[in-house]
Amino acid sequence: MAKVLVVTSGKGGVGKTTSTAALGAALAQSGETVAVVDFDVGLRNLDLVMGAERRVVFDFINVIQGTVKLSQALIRDKRLDTLWLLPASQTRDKDALTADGVAKVVAQLRQKFDWVICDSPAGIERGATLAMRHADAAVIVTNPEVSSVRDSDRIIGLLDAKTEKAERGERVEKHLLITRYDPVRAGKGEMLSIEDVLEILSVPLLGVVPESQEVLRASNIGAPVTLCNASSAPARAYCDAMRRLKGENVPMTIPSDRKHLFGKLFRRRAA
Amino acid sequence: MSNPATPRKSIRFCGQSYLAFVLTPEPPIFEWLANFDEWSSQFAEYFADKPIVLDVSAVKLSNAAIVHLVNELRTRNIRILGLQGIEQSELGPDFPPVLKGGRAVTVAEPPEAAPRDSQPPHKEPASLLLESPVRSGQSIVFPNGDITVLGSVASGAEVIAGGSIHIYGALRGRAFAGLAGNRGARIFCNQVEAELLAIDGHYRIADEIEPSLRSKPIQAWLQGDVIFITSLN
Repeated sequence: MAKVLVVTSGKGGVGKTTSTAALGAALAQSGETVAVVDFDVGLRNLDLVMGAERRVVFDFINVIQGTVKLSQALIRDKRLDTLWLLPASQTRDKDALTADGVAKVVAQLRQKFDWVICDSPAGIERGATLAMRHADAAVIVTNPEVSSVRDSDRIIGLLDAKTEKAERGERVEKHLLITRYDPVRAGKGEMLSIEDVLEILSVPLLGVVPESQEVLRASNIGAPVTLCNASSAPARAYCDAMRRLKGENVPMTIPSDRKHLFGKLFRRRAA
Repeated sequence: MSNPATPRKSIRFCGQSYLAFVLTPEPPIFEWLANFDEWSSQFAEYFADKPIVLDVSAVKLSNAAIVHLVNELRTRNIRILGLQGIEQSELGPDFPPVLKGGRAVTVAEPPEAAPRDSQPPHKEPASLLLESPVRSGQSIVFPNGDITVLGSVASGAEVIAGGSIHIYGALRGRAFAGLAGNRGARIFCNQVEAELLAIDGHYRIADEIEPSLRSKPIQAWLQGDVIFITSLN
């Protein structure tokens, strides 16, 4: 049975698209069939990060409007056979997303893939609420700073209220992914610590992705960071997160680019 | 054995006693009716479906006035089962029957028993328990009583209660206690990092909370027009 995962945050620029691409590629590498869906209609970026921008012909909105079939809009990744992208339309806006259309497309994707990863736009409006609407699980991407944490808290509230699962009285499985974490700055108190973030959000931790030049480099090349340089710190963090997402028990570490330093071990897991 | 068993239907009857409520109007009747309306607005449906006896011994009413009073009460959904304190001979045949005897014993009881009886239908839960954290942007409003939050109240969230507010986690958002003029309401929390504390319209913003109390367990209450905050330790 397919699992629909929404990658969301509320705040912009925290790493939703990077995380969608990295987790999608890592899942595909582990042998799962994966579709990554860009819900950021009008400001699409996932195609760039996936390196598929020059192969976009049809998009999500075309499928919703019934102009083309889903299979015509899906783009297969050049590196991984089991990874597919459904790009957003850049010329339209979020109003082109209809609730019925999104429900229909997500239902079709469920039939074809093991994982459907929805890359949510920033904000709490139509695009974001429709991206989370049909989710079974959510990855909440947060930077260790107060504004991002508060926005994530808002999004968690919406996940508990506005999703299909919540309306059926069930709970969307929630995972917290902390990105752009800098252990040195956190140590100096210039950044919220992991414990602070977990304490405020009280959502189980999926992983901690350290701040790294590799992320920028990967997006410039147009490759998910997990494919670009699999031995880099963020790639290892995303791979660990992916394994936890699949239910494996992986000890919580923060990978580091400096080889002699082992990541700090966290035993704590929030409720 | 076959002799008495002839098919003759017997009329069955038995005695049963019911608890009836006795209304005793006092002069002047208009004032009494106005008082009654005020009272029944607070205890709506209190007398609904209950047997009511009208005791007219305290007032001297003509037959027409009794008819008028019975009709007035009927418009208030009160149906008179019988009259008391008057002779049947003074009344016409269209009046409710005059009841006598045994009343005095039961009269003392209803006022005691009645409020307890009537409580369950109007009883709404006087407190709201939230087991999950209150997230940023959520607004929890419970005008009827206390709110208890087992988790935290996030920055940008608000909790609004008619009574007191109890938060077992951290309060990082806003708390409004004593919404409908309840000056006795208090706010308790295990860790105060609140944006705003308010009781019955009086409030304190984060800057006005003593830094030494930050992140401590506190209670806040109203004295005069000032909110006082003290550590619970």
